[in-house]
Amino acid sequence: MASIPIPDINIGAIGPEITLCVIAMGILMAEVFSPSRKNRDLMGLVAFGGVVVAGLITMSFQGESFTTFSGTYIVDNFSTFFKLICLLATGLTILVSIRYCEEENIHEGEYYALLLFTTVGMLFMASGEDLMTIYMGLEVMSLSLYALAGYTKTRRESNEASLKYFILGGFSSAILLYGMALIYGASGTTKLAGVSEALMGGSVNTTLIAVGVVLTLVGFAFKVSAVPFHMWTPDVYQGAPVPITGFMSAGPKAAAFAAMFRLFAEAFAPLQNDWWLLLWILAAVTMTAGNLFALAQNNVKRMLAYSSIAHAGYILMGVAAANETGSSGALFYLLAYTFMNIAAFAIVGIVASKGEERVSFKDYTGLGYKYPLLGATLTVMIFSLAGIPPTAGFVGKFYIFMAVVEKGYIVLAIIGVLNAVISVFYYLKLTVYMYMRDERVETTKIVLQPSMIIALLLSLYGVLIIGLAPSAYMSFAKSAFLSF
Amino acid sequence: MWALEFIWWVPILPLLGAIVNGVFGSRLSKCWIGFFAVGSTGASFGLSLMALAGFFVLPVAPNGDHVFEKILFTWIESGNFVAEAGIQLDPLSMVWLMIVTGVGFLIHVYSIGYMSHEDGYARYFSYLNLFMFSMLLLVLGNNFLLMFIGWEGVGLCSYLLIGYYYDKQSAADAGKKAFVMNRVGDFAFLLAIMWTFWIFGSIDYTTVFPAADSTFQYGGFAVTMITLLLFIGATGKSAQIPLYTWLPDAMEGPTPVSALIHAATMVTAGIYMLARCSAFFNMAPTTMVIVALIGATTAIFAATMGLYQNDIKRVLAYSTVSQLGYMFLACGVGAYTAAVFHVMTHAFFKACLFLGSGSVIHGMSGEQDMRQMGGLDKKMPMTHATFLISTLAIAGIPPLAGFFSKDEILLSTFLGHTTGHLVFWFMATIAAGVTAFYMFRLYYMTFAGELRSEDKHVRDHVHESPPSMTAPLVILAALAFGGGILGLPFIRQGHALKEFLAPVFSDANSAVHPHASFGLEISLMALSVAVAVIGIALARYFYFLKPAAATEFANRTGVTRTLYVLMQNKYYVDEIYDRYIVKPIIQFSDSFLWRIFDVQIIDGFVNAVGKFTVDLGSVISDVQSGLTRRYAVAMVAGVIVLAGLWLI
Repeated sequence: MASIPIPDINIGAIGPEITLCVIAMGILMAEVFSPSRKNRDLMGLVAFGGVVVAGLITMSFQGESFTTFSGTYIVDNFSTFFKLICLLATGLTILVSIRYCEEENIHEGEYYALLLFTTVGMLFMASGEDLMTIYMGLEVMSLSLYALAGYTKTRRESNEASLKYFILGGFSSAILLYGMALIYGASGTTKLAGVSEALMGGSVNTTLIAVGVVLTLVGFAFKVSAVPFHMWTPDVYQGAPVPITGFMSAGPKAAAFAAMFRLFAEAFAPLQNDWWLLLWILAAVTMTAGNLFALAQNNVKRMLAYSSIAHAGYILMGVAAANETGSSGALFYLLAYTFMNIAAFAIVGIVASKGEERVSFKDYTGLGYKYPLLGATLTVMIFSLAGIPPTAGFVGKFYIFMAVVEKGYIVLAIIGVLNAVISVFYYLKLTVYMYMRDERVETTKIVLQPSMIIALLLSLYGVLIIGLAPSAYMSFAKSAFLSF
Repeated sequence: MWALEFIWWVPILPLLGAIVNGVFGSRLSKCWIGFFAVGSTGASFGLSLMALAGFFVLPVAPNGDHVFEKILFTWIESGNFVAEAGIQLDPLSMVWLMIVTGVGFLIHVYSIGYMSHEDGYARYFSYLNLFMFSMLLLVLGNNFLLMFIGWEGVGLCSYLLIGYYYDKQSAADAGKKAFVMNRVGDFAFLLAIMWTFWIFGSIDYTTVFPAADSTFQYGGFAVTMITLLLFIGATGKSAQIPLYTWLPDAMEGPTPVSALIHAATMVTAGIYMLARCSAFFNMAPTTMVIVALIGATTAIFAATMGLYQNDIKRVLAYSTVSQLGYMFLACGVGAYTAAVFHVMTHAFFKACLFLGSGSVIHGMSGEQDMRQMGGLDKKMPMTHATFLISTLAIAGIPPLAGFFSKDEILLSTFLGHTTGHLVFWFMATIAAGVTAFYMFRLYYMTFAGELRSEDKHVRDHVHESPPSMTAPLVILAALAFGGGILGLPFIRQGHALKEFLAPVFSDANSAVHPHASFGLEISLMALSVAVAVIGIALARYFYFLKPAAATEFANRTGVTRTLYVLMQNKYYVDEIYDRYIVKPIIQFSDSFLWRIFDVQIIDGFVNAVGKFTVDLGSVISDVQSGLTRRYAVAMVAGVIVLAGLWLI
């Protein structure tokens, strides 16, 4: 009888994922066994604690580089960087959610459990060294997100968002899986390193691999909401609970970019001459369309949704450049973006108040005077999103534009800069409403919980410190690229 | 020494004060606003004092450098351009650090009393703290870029504070004027920084200056152009010809602002920059002559303009321009130590004079016209005493501080090697006499004789200022009296400041200064004292003993009359600028930039974009209809297009 080879198993490597799974299941059990809803905040804090522990374990991997589970799971600086971004997004979202859950009277148990399961999926995507690992991670992430998008069951839009997201998400997953199958068919392996070797060997069916790469690209383009695969985004972002919208715009997007990066910069690297044009066009169309649509919005939540599409376009520029500056610039941008976007959505959630009714630009009139600290924080976030120094958003854009210029895609750089200018227009419109309108609108009284204050201060600190002293973060981002 | 390690808190503390007062000011009581503003500057001053102590025990490097440098973090890294955020503390920045935090602290204390009745108390202190931060960044930064950021920052704060009474048209205009004029200089400064980076591949002081000798050719084109651009930058910030006209108008701001920003600190930034770049300037003899020429000309030109002004603050403003001219003259003849010395003593007596005038204006219920004043010596004894000391100091009467520093500049100019130094010396000596005259004219018109104001309200309310205002006056007057001790001539080792600054200017001074003979030095001193005394005596005659003589003199016809009118109208420089520079620019802006470029081209474009978006929106709403199947169709279309692009 032939002996079955036992795959190498390194439980320690998936420590962060295991931690989150255990905590998530614990929270689910707690929800069942203590139906009295007294210590509501406690679940959020436990979930947050889990994220912190996972983050600490992840940090301990910094500088290491190894594969395990028969080469399907990789730990390197790249995965570590992305995992930290994902955990940051989850952590901030939990802090922001505590208030939201109370206000909207949401069942905390499943909410935090789903959030943690989503995170587990994201972490697997960041570490996926095999098409199957990546796909499984993506599905775990997506299924939990579908449920989260429709979590406020009483709001009609929320239900619509969830269903739409589910149908289109299923469609895109099918496309992605089909693409992966074709790649497997052409190269005979699902391991990324193997695919790369096969492509370099040159004995693969080019049509098969071309269709495979395009379909894979589309699958990820859907997740990062690149145009024209973005159309679910505004509807779903608008319908989903605000903290989840902020989360979706940062965490899952970062995970999708992580997997996409690894695929294109590692597995499909030999074909770069073929696919760069696709990414070039995708980037240009995505940022232009995102910004132009954002320009026409009166609803702040929807404006931020479209603007997040535009931001995906900027990051795609970094992927298209696929050089060191581009990749580290994109990583850097995602880090900055996580801080600013979650905080911006959090404040939108605060202003929106119960039932999410106050979401138009008019509702922000005079906010800067009535709540100076909140207004100042939102202004900093807006400046960062618009890419105005000395914020993190400026440095991120700067590095990405520089990468594209280095690569010689001057036209793309010009399109990017023009887009940045357009975006200033609608971003600053918000500050104009906050500070420069004479009339005042009545708002319900805003009271900030400690958790929310911590989240906002953390984001403020992140955006400013990364903007003022970017070099430490940048060198980490650079080491992440070198670890390929 | 720990204070040196924590030196970066010196600028950060006022910044925190500015943020607290800026964000929460509207909700804090005046008491707390004052606490945060004064407390942060006070702490900053205390830390600077400890840093000074630490600096003295810091060992001097074998090559003579006496520098403490602390890199906080790498700030910008892009290709071969690296800018670090770091603090550099050497004797030169130490002197400015002490002036800025010390005088700044006193003026913050003074402001509590002076601004107590004003609206926008928090706004005022927030701006003033922000100014402290920018100015400290300017002098503490370890590279050109940080200096430039501080440079821009102080310009911004100056604009905000000049226009503090923004509902007053003249104040708003003055703020704009200052800002625009400064921008002209800033642009030149920026060009100089870029040029420096282009040549040296770095903007760090420690990299650039030691390499200046070997990189530049003595008197070469590059170094001459860079130093000229730097100097143009300095003329903007330090109000020299031709960019000086903003400073007299800047007196529209609150008086403590005039004292701190437009007399003691910000306007000396130009001198700091020149002294900092002395390694460059020593390589550019042509620039040095121009610096000395502009300095000497400004000194005498501004002094004559101060002769017949009737607004108490305007007299002081012209005197500031004139004194800054002296400092530039000193730089131009390579006597950087003398320039720094005069910056220091000037900070003491000019801050005291401005705060004194503020005290007078406060006591006179806002009246600034000296023709309405008089006889205040009995009503405001403290203000009077401190004002007299400072006036004697600026007039150059020994043994007050101003005498030693001004005399050192005159001596250095007399002995200098710069072309035309004797002419410059003559101009500066005459200017010293004129200074003594107009300062004592101011003194007699304000404090001597009888109160001339007819306004009953004013007459009844004349009062001495509260202790929070007089205490800073006393301290500053004491410094104006005794500050000269740091730079005594003759006595061996007596010039403590020169010893202290030696590591910074070692090359500059040894090249220019042969030791003067005792006899020459003493006779030059006697001459400058004589000139000052003559000026004072004339002022006493015209404005105290025989006031009628002044009016008669003014009404005479002929050349003197022409001169009088010319001076009183400030040589019509403002009018000339207005006619030949401002008007044409406005005309061009109005008829072309606005009506054609802005309205037709830019607005046209923006409107077209707006219309396009709206049109697009209606098209898109068909696609972005909320119908899930259409979204799916769009995805399929995307797949086909992308795959087609690759395969075809």
